[in-house]
Amino acid sequence: MSRKPFVRPVSKTGWWLKHPRYMRYMSREVTCVFIGAFALLMLCTLERLSKGPEAYASFIAAIQGPLSVFGMLLVLIFALHNATSWFNVTPKALPVQIGEEFLAGKYIIGAHYAVWIVASLVVLFFAGVI
Amino acid sequence: MTQLKQRLVQLEVLRYDPEKDTEPHFQKYEVMCAEEWVVLDALNAVKENIDPTLAYRWSCHMAVCGSCGMMVNGEPKLSCHAFLRDYVGMVIRVEPLANFPIERDLVTVADDFIDKLKRVKPYLIPKEKKTIEQGEYKQTPAQLMKYRQFSMCINCMLCYAACPEYALQPKFIGPAAITLAHRYNQDSRDGGRDERQEVIATNEGVWECSFVGACSEVCPKAVDPAGALQQVKVASTIDWFKEHLLPGGSK
Amino acid sequence: MAKSNKPIFWSLFAAGGTMAAFLAPVLALLFLMVAMGHAPAVFSYANLHAFAANWLGKIIILGVITLFLWHAAHRLRVTLHDFGLRQDAIVAVVVYLAAAAGTALSVVYLLRI
Repeated sequence: MSRKPFVRPVSKTGWWLKHPRYMRYMSREVTCVFIGAFALLMLCTLERLSKGPEAYASFIAAIQGPLSVFGMLLVLIFALHNATSWFNVTPKALPVQIGEEFLAGKYIIGAHYAVWIVASLVVLFFAGVI
Repeated sequence: MTQLKQRLVQLEVLRYDPEKDTEPHFQKYEVMCAEEWVVLDALNAVKENIDPTLAYRWSCHMAVCGSCGMMVNGEPKLSCHAFLRDYVGMVIRVEPLANFPIERDLVTVADDFIDKLKRVKPYLIPKEKKTIEQGEYKQTPAQLMKYRQFSMCINCMLCYAACPEYALQPKFIGPAAITLAHRYNQDSRDGGRDERQEVIATNEGVWECSFVGACSEVCPKAVDPAGALQQVKVASTIDWFKEHLLPGGSK
Repeated sequence: MAKSNKPIFWSLFAAGGTMAAFLAPVLALLFLMVAMGHAPAVFSYANLHAFAANWLGKIIILGVITLFLWHAAHRLRVTLHDFGLRQDAIVAVVVYLAAAAGTALSVVYLLRI
Protein backbone atom coordinates (compact mmCIF):
# COMPACT_ATOMS: atom_id res chain seq x y z
CA MET A 1 0.00 0.00 0.00
CA SER A 2 1.45 3.38 -0.94
CA ARG A 3 1.47 6.33 1.44
CA LYS A 4 0.52 9.85 0.41
CA PRO A 5 -0.10 11.87 3.56
CA PHE A 6 -2.30 14.92 3.02
CA VAL A 7 -1.34 18.18 4.70
CA ARG A 8 -4.31 20.45 5.37
CA PRO A 9 -3.53 24.13 4.67
CA VAL A 10 -3.85 26.67 7.48
CA SER A 11 -4.52 30.36 6.85
CA LYS A 12 -1.60 32.37 8.18
CA THR A 13 -3.72 35.51 8.48
CA GLY A 14 -7.22 34.26 9.23
CA TRP A 15 -6.70 31.29 11.52
CA TRP A 16 -7.80 33.24 14.58
CA LEU A 17 -11.25 33.90 13.14
CA LYS A 18 -12.04 30.19 13.19
CA HIS A 19 -12.78 29.82 16.91
CA PRO A 20 -13.92 32.18 19.71
CA ARG A 21 -11.01 31.02 21.86
CA TYR A 22 -8.54 32.36 19.27
CA MET A 23 -10.46 35.62 18.94
CA ARG A 24 -10.26 36.09 22.69
CA TYR A 25 -6.51 35.50 22.49
CA MET A 26 -6.14 38.12 19.72
CA SER A 27 -8.23 40.63 21.67
CA ARG A 28 -5.79 40.22 24.55
CA GLU A 29 -2.77 40.56 22.29
CA VAL A 30 -3.92 43.72 20.51
CA THR A 31 -4.07 45.55 23.86
CA CYS A 32 -0.37 46.12 23.19
CA VAL A 33 -1.23 48.56 20.38
CA PHE A 34 -3.10 50.75 22.85
CA ILE A 35 -0.53 50.39 25.62
CA GLY A 36 2.18 51.34 23.13
CA ALA A 37 0.18 54.29 21.76
CA PHE A 38 -0.50 55.44 25.32
CA ALA A 39 3.21 55.26 26.11
CA LEU A 40 3.89 57.44 23.08
CA LEU A 41 1.22 59.90 24.26
CA MET A 42 2.91 60.10 27.65
CA LEU A 43 6.26 60.59 25.90
CA CYS A 44 4.80 63.50 23.93
CA THR A 45 3.39 64.99 27.13
CA LEU A 46 6.85 64.72 28.66
CA GLU A 47 8.45 66.40 25.65
CA ARG A 48 5.98 69.26 25.70
CA LEU A 49 6.48 69.61 29.46
CA SER A 50 10.21 69.94 28.89
CA LYS A 51 9.64 72.76 26.40
CA GLY A 52 7.99 75.08 28.92
CA PRO A 53 4.56 76.32 30.04
CA GLU A 54 3.27 77.61 26.67
CA ALA A 55 4.19 74.45 24.76
CA TYR A 56 2.69 72.32 27.51
CA ALA A 57 -0.53 74.35 27.74
CA SER A 58 -1.23 74.19 24.00
CA PHE A 59 -0.57 70.44 24.07
CA ILE A 60 -3.08 69.94 26.89
CA ALA A 61 -5.57 72.01 24.93
CA ALA A 62 -4.90 69.96 21.80
CA ILE A 63 -5.61 66.62 23.52
CA GLN A 64 -9.04 67.74 24.62
CA GLY A 65 -12.17 67.05 22.65
CA PRO A 66 -14.42 64.22 21.48
CA LEU A 67 -11.80 62.44 19.36
CA SER A 68 -9.40 62.34 22.31
CA VAL A 69 -12.16 61.18 24.62
CA PHE A 70 -12.92 58.33 22.22
CA GLY A 71 -9.23 57.46 21.95
CA MET A 72 -8.66 57.48 25.70
CA LEU A 73 -11.78 55.39 26.24
CA LEU A 74 -10.33 52.79 23.88
CA VAL A 75 -7.03 52.90 25.77
CA LEU A 76 -8.90 52.50 29.06
CA ILE A 77 -10.93 49.53 27.81
CA PHE A 78 -7.91 47.73 26.40
CA ALA A 79 -5.83 48.57 29.50
CA LEU A 80 -8.54 46.97 31.64
CA HIS A 81 -8.63 43.93 29.33
CA ASN A 82 -4.85 43.60 29.65
CA ALA A 83 -5.05 43.91 33.44
CA THR A 84 -7.78 41.30 33.94
CA SER A 85 -6.26 38.79 31.51
CA TRP A 86 -2.82 39.34 33.08
CA PHE A 87 -3.99 38.79 36.66
CA ASN A 88 -5.98 35.70 35.70
CA VAL A 89 -2.99 33.85 34.25
CA THR A 90 -0.37 34.80 36.85
CA PRO A 91 -0.99 31.70 39.06
CA LYS A 92 -0.19 29.45 36.07
CA ALA A 93 3.16 31.07 35.40
CA LEU A 94 4.17 31.47 39.03
CA PRO A 95 2.62 28.67 41.08
CA VAL A 96 3.12 28.93 44.84
CA GLN A 97 3.71 25.61 46.54
CA ILE A 98 3.11 25.42 50.28
CA GLY A 99 4.07 22.00 51.60
CA GLU A 100 2.28 19.44 49.46
CA GLU A 101 -0.43 21.81 48.24
CA PHE A 102 -0.41 24.61 45.75
CA LEU A 103 -1.92 27.93 46.77
CA ALA A 104 -5.27 28.15 45.02
CA GLY A 105 -5.16 30.52 42.05
CA LYS A 106 -7.99 32.63 43.42
CA TYR A 107 -5.80 33.90 46.29
CA ILE A 108 -3.02 34.96 43.95
CA ILE A 109 -5.49 36.59 41.58
CA GLY A 110 -7.38 38.21 44.46
CA ALA A 111 -4.15 39.62 45.86
CA HIS A 112 -3.38 41.16 42.45
CA TYR A 113 -6.80 42.82 42.28
CA ALA A 114 -6.31 44.14 45.81
CA VAL A 115 -2.91 45.63 44.94
CA TRP A 116 -4.41 47.03 41.74
CA ILE A 117 -7.18 48.81 43.61
CA VAL A 118 -4.78 50.21 46.21
CA ALA A 119 -2.29 51.34 43.55
CA SER A 120 -5.08 53.01 41.58
CA LEU A 121 -6.35 54.82 44.67
CA VAL A 122 -2.83 55.97 45.54
CA VAL A 123 -2.33 57.35 42.03
CA LEU A 124 -5.73 59.07 42.10
CA PHE A 125 -4.83 60.60 45.47
CA PHE A 126 -1.49 61.98 44.31
CA ALA A 127 -3.12 63.20 41.09
CA GLY A 128 -5.51 65.27 43.17
CA VAL A 129 -8.62 63.45 42.03
CA ILE A 130 -9.52 62.07 45.48
CA MET B 1 -34.44 -5.39 31.29
CA THR B 2 -35.29 -1.85 30.21
CA GLN B 3 -34.74 -0.90 26.56
CA LEU B 4 -31.85 1.62 26.24
CA LYS B 5 -33.08 4.81 24.64
CA GLN B 6 -31.80 5.13 21.09
CA ARG B 7 -31.70 7.87 18.52
CA LEU B 8 -30.57 8.32 14.94
CA VAL B 9 -27.28 10.21 14.80
CA GLN B 10 -26.00 12.02 11.70
CA LEU B 11 -22.26 11.92 11.19
CA GLU B 12 -20.17 13.76 8.62
CA VAL B 13 -16.77 12.11 8.51
CA LEU B 14 -13.71 13.27 6.59
CA ARG B 15 -12.51 10.45 4.35
CA TYR B 16 -9.19 10.16 2.56
CA ASP B 17 -7.82 7.18 0.68
CA PRO B 18 -4.20 7.88 -0.33
CA GLU B 19 -4.41 5.36 -3.13
CA LYS B 20 -7.55 6.81 -4.71
CA ASP B 21 -8.09 10.40 -3.56
CA THR B 22 -6.23 13.61 -4.42
CA GLU B 23 -7.80 15.33 -1.42
CA PRO B 24 -10.09 14.50 1.51
CA HIS B 25 -13.89 14.73 1.28
CA PHE B 26 -16.78 14.39 3.70
CA GLN B 27 -18.99 11.32 3.81
CA LYS B 28 -22.32 11.27 5.62
CA TYR B 29 -23.46 8.40 7.78
CA GLU B 30 -26.70 7.87 9.67
CA VAL B 31 -26.46 5.38 12.51
CA MET B 32 -28.69 4.32 15.40
CA CYS B 33 -26.99 5.06 18.71
CA ALA B 34 -27.78 4.55 22.37
CA GLU B 35 -28.19 7.92 24.08
CA GLU B 36 -25.30 7.42 26.50
CA TRP B 37 -22.79 6.55 23.78
CA VAL B 38 -19.72 8.51 22.83
CA VAL B 39 -18.62 9.48 19.31
CA LEU B 40 -16.26 6.49 19.27
CA ASP B 41 -19.22 4.15 19.78
CA ALA B 42 -20.98 5.79 16.84
CA LEU B 43 -17.87 5.30 14.67
CA ASN B 44 -17.65 1.66 15.75
CA ALA B 45 -21.32 1.19 14.84
CA VAL B 46 -20.63 2.71 11.41
CA LYS B 47 -17.63 0.47 10.88
CA GLU B 48 -19.42 -2.67 12.03
CA ASN B 49 -22.73 -2.16 10.24
CA ILE B 50 -22.34 0.36 7.43
CA ASP B 51 -18.79 0.97 6.20
CA PRO B 52 -15.97 -1.39 7.22
CA THR B 53 -13.45 0.71 5.25
CA LEU B 54 -13.54 3.57 7.77
CA ALA B 55 -10.11 3.83 9.41
CA TYR B 56 -9.43 5.36 12.85
CA ARG B 57 -7.35 4.75 15.97
CA TRP B 58 -8.74 3.81 19.35
CA SER B 59 -7.95 1.49 22.21
CA CYS B 60 -8.95 1.91 25.84
CA HIS B 61 -12.27 3.68 25.38
CA MET B 62 -11.76 5.40 28.73
CA ALA B 63 -9.52 8.42 28.08
CA VAL B 64 -6.25 6.97 29.35
CA CYS B 65 -4.47 5.66 26.26
CA GLY B 66 -4.56 8.82 24.14
CA SER B 67 -5.20 6.97 20.86
CA CYS B 68 -8.56 8.30 19.68
CA GLY B 69 -7.92 12.03 19.32
CA MET B 70 -9.94 13.65 16.52
CA MET B 71 -11.74 16.89 15.69
CA VAL B 72 -15.39 16.75 16.70
CA ASN B 73 -17.29 19.78 15.36
CA GLY B 74 -14.01 21.62 15.04
CA GLU B 75 -12.83 20.91 18.59
CA PRO B 76 -9.95 18.55 19.44
CA LYS B 77 -11.43 15.75 21.51
CA LEU B 78 -10.88 12.13 22.46
CA SER B 79 -13.68 10.42 20.57
CA CYS B 80 -14.21 8.15 23.60
CA HIS B 81 -14.70 11.28 25.68
CA ALA B 82 -17.14 13.14 23.39
CA PHE B 83 -20.63 12.33 24.51
CA LEU B 84 -23.43 12.16 21.92
CA ARG B 85 -25.76 13.83 24.42
CA ASP B 86 -23.72 17.03 23.95
CA TYR B 87 -24.44 17.04 20.22
CA VAL B 88 -28.21 16.51 20.17
CA GLY B 89 -29.98 18.10 17.24
CA MET B 90 -26.85 18.68 15.15
CA VAL B 91 -24.80 16.83 12.58
CA ILE B 92 -21.57 15.63 14.17
CA ARG B 93 -18.59 16.51 12.00
CA VAL B 94 -15.63 14.22 12.62
CA GLU B 95 -12.21 15.02 11.18
CA PRO B 96 -8.68 13.83 11.85
CA LEU B 97 -6.72 15.72 14.50
CA ALA B 98 -5.74 19.15 13.18
CA ASN B 99 -2.16 20.18 12.40
CA PHE B 100 -1.04 16.65 11.54
CA PRO B 101 -0.87 15.17 8.03
CA ILE B 102 -3.68 12.78 7.21
CA GLU B 103 -2.50 9.23 6.63
CA ARG B 104 -5.92 7.83 5.82
CA ASP B 105 -9.46 8.77 6.93
CA LEU B 106 -9.19 9.74 10.62
CA VAL B 107 -5.65 8.38 11.05
CA THR B 108 -2.95 11.05 11.26
CA VAL B 109 0.81 10.85 10.84
CA ALA B 110 2.05 11.32 14.39
CA ASP B 111 5.76 11.08 13.58
CA ASP B 112 6.51 14.76 14.18
CA PHE B 113 5.20 14.56 17.73
CA ILE B 114 7.05 11.31 18.44
CA ASP B 115 10.31 12.82 17.16
CA LYS B 116 9.90 15.88 19.35
CA LEU B 117 9.02 13.73 22.34
CA LYS B 118 12.28 11.82 21.87
CA ARG B 119 14.27 15.04 21.52
CA VAL B 120 13.27 16.36 24.94
CA LYS B 121 14.53 13.19 26.69
CA PRO B 122 11.31 12.44 28.60
CA TYR B 123 12.85 10.00 31.05
CA LEU B 124 14.71 10.18 34.30
CA ILE B 125 18.39 11.09 33.97
CA PRO B 126 19.34 10.48 37.60
CA LYS B 127 21.33 13.12 39.47
CA GLU B 128 23.24 10.37 41.22
CA LYS B 129 22.96 6.95 39.68
CA LYS B 130 22.21 4.22 42.17
CA THR B 131 22.61 0.49 41.79
CA ILE B 132 19.75 -1.72 42.92
CA GLU B 133 21.75 -2.62 46.02
CA GLN B 134 22.11 1.02 46.99
CA GLY B 135 18.35 1.26 47.35
CA GLU B 136 15.53 3.44 46.06
CA TYR B 137 15.54 7.08 44.99
CA LYS B 138 13.63 8.72 47.81
CA GLN B 139 11.18 11.54 47.28
CA THR B 140 8.87 13.37 49.64
CA PRO B 141 5.21 13.95 48.76
CA ALA B 142 5.97 17.67 48.43
CA GLN B 143 8.72 16.90 45.89
CA LEU B 144 6.30 14.67 44.01
CA MET B 145 3.70 17.43 43.83
CA LYS B 146 6.14 19.69 41.98
CA TYR B 147 5.78 17.61 38.83
CA ARG B 148 2.86 15.27 39.39
CA GLN B 149 0.29 17.22 37.40
CA PHE B 150 2.60 17.28 34.36
CA SER B 151 3.13 13.52 34.54
CA MET B 152 -0.54 12.92 33.75
CA CYS B 153 -0.04 13.49 30.01
CA ILE B 154 -1.35 10.63 27.87
CA ASN B 155 0.35 11.86 24.68
CA CYS B 156 -3.00 12.27 22.94
CA MET B 157 -1.81 15.31 20.91
CA LEU B 158 -5.06 17.26 21.37
CA CYS B 159 -2.88 20.16 22.54
CA TYR B 160 -0.97 20.14 19.24
CA ALA B 161 -4.28 20.23 17.37
CA ALA B 162 -5.39 23.23 19.41
CA CYS B 163 -2.12 25.16 19.30
CA PRO B 164 -2.18 27.86 16.61
CA GLU B 165 1.57 28.42 16.91
CA TYR B 166 2.17 24.76 16.02
CA ALA B 167 -0.21 25.18 13.10
CA LEU B 168 1.76 28.19 11.89
CA GLN B 169 5.25 26.92 12.72
CA PRO B 170 5.52 23.12 12.37
CA LYS B 171 9.04 23.22 13.82
CA PHE B 172 7.60 24.25 17.21
CA ILE B 173 8.41 21.51 19.71
CA GLY B 174 4.94 21.95 21.12
CA PRO B 175 2.97 21.82 24.38
CA ALA B 176 3.09 18.16 25.38
CA ALA B 177 6.78 17.60 24.64
CA ILE B 178 7.88 20.73 26.49
CA THR B 179 5.54 19.94 29.38
CA LEU B 180 7.10 16.49 29.67
CA ALA B 181 10.58 18.02 29.64
CA HIS B 182 9.39 20.28 32.46
CA ARG B 183 7.96 17.28 34.31
CA TYR B 184 11.43 15.73 34.45
CA ASN B 185 13.18 19.02 35.12
CA GLN B 186 10.96 19.42 38.17
CA ASP B 187 11.66 15.89 39.42
CA SER B 188 14.00 15.94 42.42
CA ARG B 189 15.63 12.69 41.29
CA ASP B 190 16.52 14.12 37.89
CA GLY B 191 19.80 15.72 36.82
CA GLY B 192 19.16 16.12 33.09
CA ARG B 193 17.84 19.70 33.05
CA ASP B 194 20.85 21.16 31.23
CA GLU B 195 20.49 18.62 28.43
CA ARG B 196 16.80 19.34 28.05
CA GLN B 197 17.31 23.10 28.15
CA GLU B 198 19.51 22.80 25.06
CA VAL B 199 16.40 21.55 23.27
CA ILE B 200 13.57 23.56 24.82
CA ALA B 201 15.22 26.92 25.58
CA THR B 202 15.42 27.57 21.85
CA ASN B 203 13.30 29.58 19.41
CA GLU B 204 11.64 26.36 18.25
CA GLY B 205 11.21 25.34 21.86
CA VAL B 206 9.33 27.25 24.49
CA TRP B 207 9.93 30.63 22.83
CA GLU B 208 7.55 29.86 19.97
CA CYS B 209 4.77 29.75 22.58
CA SER B 210 2.71 32.91 22.97
CA PHE B 211 0.52 31.65 25.80
CA VAL B 212 -2.64 31.27 23.74
CA GLY B 213 -3.69 28.70 26.34
CA ALA B 214 -5.77 26.61 23.92
CA CYS B 215 -3.67 23.56 24.81
CA SER B 216 -4.76 23.65 28.44
CA GLU B 217 -8.38 24.23 27.46
CA VAL B 218 -8.54 21.03 25.39
CA CYS B 219 -6.35 18.77 27.55
CA PRO B 220 -8.49 15.83 28.71
CA LYS B 221 -6.25 15.15 31.73
CA ALA B 222 -5.99 18.70 33.13
CA VAL B 223 -2.22 18.66 32.70
CA ASP B 224 -2.19 22.44 32.05
CA PRO B 225 0.60 22.48 29.45
CA ALA B 226 0.18 26.26 29.09
CA GLY B 227 1.10 26.70 32.73
CA ALA B 228 4.05 24.35 32.36
CA LEU B 229 5.36 26.30 29.36
CA GLN B 230 5.12 29.63 31.20
CA GLN B 231 7.07 28.07 34.07
CA VAL B 232 9.69 26.91 31.56
CA LYS B 233 9.87 30.47 30.21
CA VAL B 234 10.46 31.84 33.72
CA ALA B 235 13.13 29.22 34.48
CA SER B 236 14.81 29.72 31.07
CA THR B 237 14.82 33.49 31.59
CA ILE B 238 16.52 33.12 34.97
CA ASP B 239 19.06 30.82 33.29
CA TRP B 240 19.64 33.42 30.58
CA PHE B 241 20.36 36.18 33.09
CA LYS B 242 22.68 33.91 35.06
CA GLU B 243 24.57 32.90 31.92
CA HIS B 244 24.85 36.42 30.55
CA LEU B 245 25.22 38.58 33.61
CA LEU B 246 27.04 36.54 36.22
CA PRO B 247 30.83 36.34 35.85
CA GLY B 248 31.78 32.98 34.45
CA GLY B 249 28.18 32.33 33.39
CA SER B 250 27.17 30.31 36.39
CA LYS B 251 24.50 27.58 36.13
CA MET C 1 19.62 24.70 17.74
CA ALA C 2 21.16 27.52 19.71
CA LYS C 3 19.47 28.81 22.81
CA SER C 4 17.19 31.74 22.17
CA ASN C 5 17.88 35.36 23.08
CA LYS C 6 14.19 36.01 23.53
CA PRO C 7 14.45 35.89 27.37
CA ILE C 8 15.74 39.45 27.62
CA PHE C 9 12.84 40.81 25.56
CA TRP C 10 10.37 38.54 27.28
CA SER C 11 11.41 39.72 30.73
CA LEU C 12 10.95 43.34 29.61
CA PHE C 13 7.57 42.31 28.19
CA ALA C 14 6.63 40.64 31.47
CA ALA C 15 7.81 43.54 33.63
CA GLY C 16 6.04 46.01 31.36
CA GLY C 17 2.91 43.92 31.27
CA THR C 18 2.78 43.77 35.05
CA MET C 19 3.38 47.52 35.27
CA ALA C 20 0.72 48.15 32.63
CA ALA C 21 -1.73 45.80 34.33
CA PHE C 22 -1.48 47.71 37.60
CA LEU C 23 -1.09 51.27 36.33
CA ALA C 24 -2.37 51.67 32.76
CA PRO C 25 -6.08 51.72 33.68
CA VAL C 26 -5.79 54.48 36.28
CA LEU C 27 -3.35 56.49 34.15
CA ALA C 28 -5.70 56.14 31.18
CA LEU C 29 -8.49 57.41 33.42
CA LEU C 30 -6.42 60.49 34.28
CA PHE C 31 -5.76 61.26 30.61
CA LEU C 32 -9.44 60.61 29.86
CA MET C 33 -10.31 63.28 32.38
CA VAL C 34 -7.90 65.66 30.62
CA ALA C 35 -9.54 64.83 27.28
CA MET C 36 -12.94 65.59 28.80
CA GLY C 37 -11.75 69.00 29.93
CA HIS C 38 -11.50 68.13 33.64
CA ALA C 39 -7.74 67.75 33.96
CA PRO C 40 -6.80 66.58 37.49
CA ALA C 41 -4.61 68.85 39.63
CA VAL C 42 -1.42 66.96 38.79
CA PHE C 43 -1.69 68.07 35.15
CA SER C 44 -1.11 71.75 35.92
CA TYR C 45 2.26 72.81 34.53
CA ALA C 46 3.54 73.66 38.01
CA ASN C 47 2.58 70.31 39.54
CA LEU C 48 3.66 68.05 36.69
CA HIS C 49 6.91 69.96 36.26
CA ALA C 50 7.64 69.66 39.98
CA PHE C 51 6.97 65.91 39.79
CA ALA C 52 9.25 65.44 36.78
CA ALA C 53 11.95 67.66 38.28
CA ASN C 54 12.11 65.42 41.34
CA TRP C 55 14.52 62.47 41.02
CA LEU C 56 11.91 59.98 42.25
CA GLY C 57 9.40 61.41 39.80
CA LYS C 58 11.94 60.97 37.00
CA ILE C 59 12.45 57.32 37.91
CA ILE C 60 8.71 56.69 38.00
CA ILE C 61 8.06 58.45 34.68
CA LEU C 62 11.00 56.69 33.03
CA GLY C 63 9.93 53.32 34.42
CA VAL C 64 6.33 53.66 33.30
CA ILE C 65 7.01 54.93 29.78
CA THR C 66 9.90 52.62 28.95
CA LEU C 67 8.37 49.45 30.39
CA PHE C 68 5.10 50.16 28.57
CA LEU C 69 7.10 50.63 25.34
CA TRP C 70 9.15 47.41 25.70
CA HIS C 71 6.03 45.46 26.67
CA ALA C 72 4.14 46.76 23.64
CA ALA C 73 7.14 46.20 21.34
CA HIS C 74 7.57 42.52 22.18
CA ARG C 75 3.86 41.78 22.17
CA LEU C 76 3.48 43.61 18.85
CA ARG C 77 6.28 41.48 17.41
CA VAL C 78 4.41 38.30 18.39
CA THR C 79 1.02 39.69 17.34
CA LEU C 80 2.22 40.69 13.87
CA HIS C 81 3.61 37.18 13.55
CA ASP C 82 0.16 35.83 14.51
CA PHE C 83 -1.51 38.11 11.97
CA GLY C 84 0.60 36.54 9.23
CA LEU C 85 3.56 38.94 9.00
CA ARG C 86 6.21 36.22 9.18
CA GLN C 87 9.46 38.15 8.68
CA ASP C 88 10.13 37.96 12.39
CA ALA C 89 13.74 39.12 12.29
CA ILE C 90 12.87 42.37 10.51
CA VAL C 91 9.82 43.03 12.69
CA ALA C 92 11.89 42.41 15.82
CA VAL C 93 14.54 44.94 14.79
CA VAL C 94 11.89 47.56 13.96
CA VAL C 95 9.88 47.23 17.17
CA TYR C 96 12.86 47.00 19.50
CA LEU C 97 14.57 49.96 17.81
CA ALA C 98 11.37 51.95 18.28
CA ALA C 99 11.26 51.01 21.97
CA ALA C 100 14.93 51.88 22.34
CA ALA C 101 14.35 55.23 20.66
CA GLY C 102 11.45 55.94 23.00
CA THR C 103 13.60 54.98 25.96
CA ALA C 104 16.42 57.27 24.82
CA LEU C 105 14.03 60.17 24.21
CA SER C 106 12.47 59.74 27.66
CA VAL C 107 15.91 60.07 29.22
CA VAL C 108 16.70 63.13 27.11
CA TYR C 109 13.43 64.90 27.96
CA LEU C 110 13.67 64.04 31.65
CA LEU C 111 17.19 65.42 31.83
CA ARG C 112 15.89 68.73 30.43
CA ILE C 113 13.41 69.10 33.30
